[in-house]
Amino acid sequence: MWRSVLALVVKELLAVLRDPKSRSVLILPPLIQLMVFGYAATYDLDHVPTAIYDEDPSEASRDLVARFLGSPTFRLVAMLKSSEQIDELIDARKVALVLTIDRRFTRDLLTGEPAPVQVIVDGRNSNTALLIEGYVNSIVTDFSLAWSAAHGGAPPPALLDVRARYNPTLSSRWFFLPSIVALLTQIVTLLVVSLSVARERETGTFDQLLVTPLRQIDILLGKGLPGVLIGMIEASVIVAAATWWFEVPLRGGLFALYFGLLLFVVAVTGIGLMISSLAATQQQALLGVFLFMVPSIILSGFATPIANMPVWEQHLTLINPMRYFLVIVRAVFLEGAGASSLVQQYWPMAVIGAVSQAAAAWLFRSRVT
Amino acid sequence: MSGGSLGRLRGLLRKEFVQIWRDPSSIAIAFLLPAVLLLLFGYGVSLDAANVPVALVTQQPSALAESFAAAFDQSAYFQSRRYLNVQEAERALDAREVQGVVWLPSDFARRAGSGGQSPIGVIVNGVDTNNARIVEGYVQQVWAGWLAAEARKAGRPSPMPIAVEPQMRFNPAVSSRDFLVPGLIALIMTLTGALLTALVIAREWERGTMEALMVTRVTIREIMLSKLIPYFALGMGGMAATVAIAMFLFEVPLRGSLLTLTAASALFMLAALGMGLLISTFARNQFVASQVAIMATFLPALILSGFLFDINSMPRVVQIITNIVAARFFVAILQSTFLAGDVWSVILPNALALAIMATIFLGAARLLARKRLD
Repeated sequence: MWRSVLALVVKELLAVLRDPKSRSVLILPPLIQLMVFGYAATYDLDHVPTAIYDEDPSEASRDLVARFLGSPTFRLVAMLKSSEQIDELIDARKVALVLTIDRRFTRDLLTGEPAPVQVIVDGRNSNTALLIEGYVNSIVTDFSLAWSAAHGGAPPPALLDVRARYNPTLSSRWFFLPSIVALLTQIVTLLVVSLSVARERETGTFDQLLVTPLRQIDILLGKGLPGVLIGMIEASVIVAAATWWFEVPLRGGLFALYFGLLLFVVAVTGIGLMISSLAATQQQALLGVFLFMVPSIILSGFATPIANMPVWEQHLTLINPMRYFLVIVRAVFLEGAGASSLVQQYWPMAVIGAVSQAAAAWLFRSRVT
Repeated sequence: MSGGSLGRLRGLLRKEFVQIWRDPSSIAIAFLLPAVLLLLFGYGVSLDAANVPVALVTQQPSALAESFAAAFDQSAYFQSRRYLNVQEAERALDAREVQGVVWLPSDFARRAGSGGQSPIGVIVNGVDTNNARIVEGYVQQVWAGWLAAEARKAGRPSPMPIAVEPQMRFNPAVSSRDFLVPGLIALIMTLTGALLTALVIAREWERGTMEALMVTRVTIREIMLSKLIPYFALGMGGMAATVAIAMFLFEVPLRGSLLTLTAASALFMLAALGMGLLISTFARNQFVASQVAIMATFLPALILSGFLFDINSMPRVVQIITNIVAARFFVAILQSTFLAGDVWSVILPNALALAIMATIFLGAARLLARKRLD
């Protein structure tokens, strides 16, 4: 029996790998994606285009402005001469931040009144806007403390000493690259598996397969194993690139990672087989892939935290294997987690894998008869 | 176009529409998929952190420590939980029960009270960097507020002599939904436009019906038009549905005009369809077409379009690459039209870019299709 399953696996792999175009779409695009996204997927702010309107050119205001110019986060686009330019610059997205130093600035500083500094941010991208506000606040706080100390004010009773665990420089590349392992592995595996049966059905060879002595379980294995294999290899390449090219620390053990990866790929394969057995054409299979894949990316915590979702949607994420695997890749890469601390993530994927494989087997049988 | 040509086109169009009707998966991709996606995303995609659970550790109770803790309890950003020691709090952080730890050392009151300075330890989990930054920013705000209040109580001048007056243009409530939903429309239309067309035409090549069509008197232009028109209609229908959901269900304001939005969408749809045509002409089988469509259209629209990640913050090389992603221009138009209004200085250059891309893609697809036949 194993011989025939093996033969089917080999045939499946050949079907995907023999055609130079199919072969290259499995290898090239994921690598290009990894490179581009590895650099592009970031929430870190850099070179925020900034305009400054200093209504009170004075020593104090120049000092404050210098702190902004010295920060790599901000890039000065214009020093404004009047407030009329502000709207135009913001509307046209030429700048994302306008800092206005009020003409009472120095006077209020000296008399102990709160000295006004206006911060206008482009809220069209609300996340960037929030982060900009955060950066502005910390620069202004530094300035305030220094100014206060220089002018005989009492030092503040307490200072914050902020430490970020696992990622001291808060580089969001460290956060996203491990996640891309999950993202690309899921896409490739899902497509390979779910289109394979649909393709045979469309060309009519699936019926021929059914009249061979192969049992349905053998066919299922023969269709599923290539997906598992391709997914594991794809993931390994991306893990290697993340570690060596992007130099994301891989602090945990490979066993913890690969055990999770195997469970993840098996679960995704199961879902792919379910889609495959329901679809009569490749177009329908692809629709199924999208109906599953896109929500599963969004509901995985890939880009936005699950904790921010409404409760019903948080429950929905529980059936999403990617959600668990994301926790695993991030924990193994950055936190150095071992297998024993990840059991909570392993078992739901195992359950999803078992259920989806069983459902696929059942669907296969019912579609045949 | 001569009468015969029109007749042939009409015949081809009828065939397309019948095919769409018979295999409802096209209609599903055009209408069901966008609606489901928008609902899931609209509710699920949020970067707003509110009621963030934080662990508060006061190693030695004192009046000063209490006033600091009270500032946390009162803040709308945080939901503070008390822990007895730092180790326990750090364990809670690792287990993701809390998103940050704020701890006052045992000599906090003594050092802070005697004119010295006491450190306040803040530990965030750096794995999710965006969240870590937001939590850090909130902690800083609570701390600054507390410092000012303490100074007032003691009758001292505030150690924070500057009043930052933030003004969030276009989105004063800082709702990430208002920012993300318009961008989602671009993502969803990319799916309909590029994916659907890529697949449909690749199918004809794969089954050999394209060659069969080509030996008839039908011209390449007619074949392409017969593919473009129905899917353009489907895509625009999907667009209308998603805009309606965005406006009426999610109550995202549409400050620009509907006309601008429709015109920009039509341009984007043409570019997306052109991309789809190009992919399918090149790929010629559905597996390759779908892989390429996902990798070349969907993922870039997700990551390189400015829908989630700020293009200004990307490395220069990647910024240049974003210029070949049609969704990038559409997202810029959508975000401005929805939140800011008809800002022509944003809309015109982006619309021009979309028009150029549409022309190039459609033209290239046509050239390539002819060459392939020879």
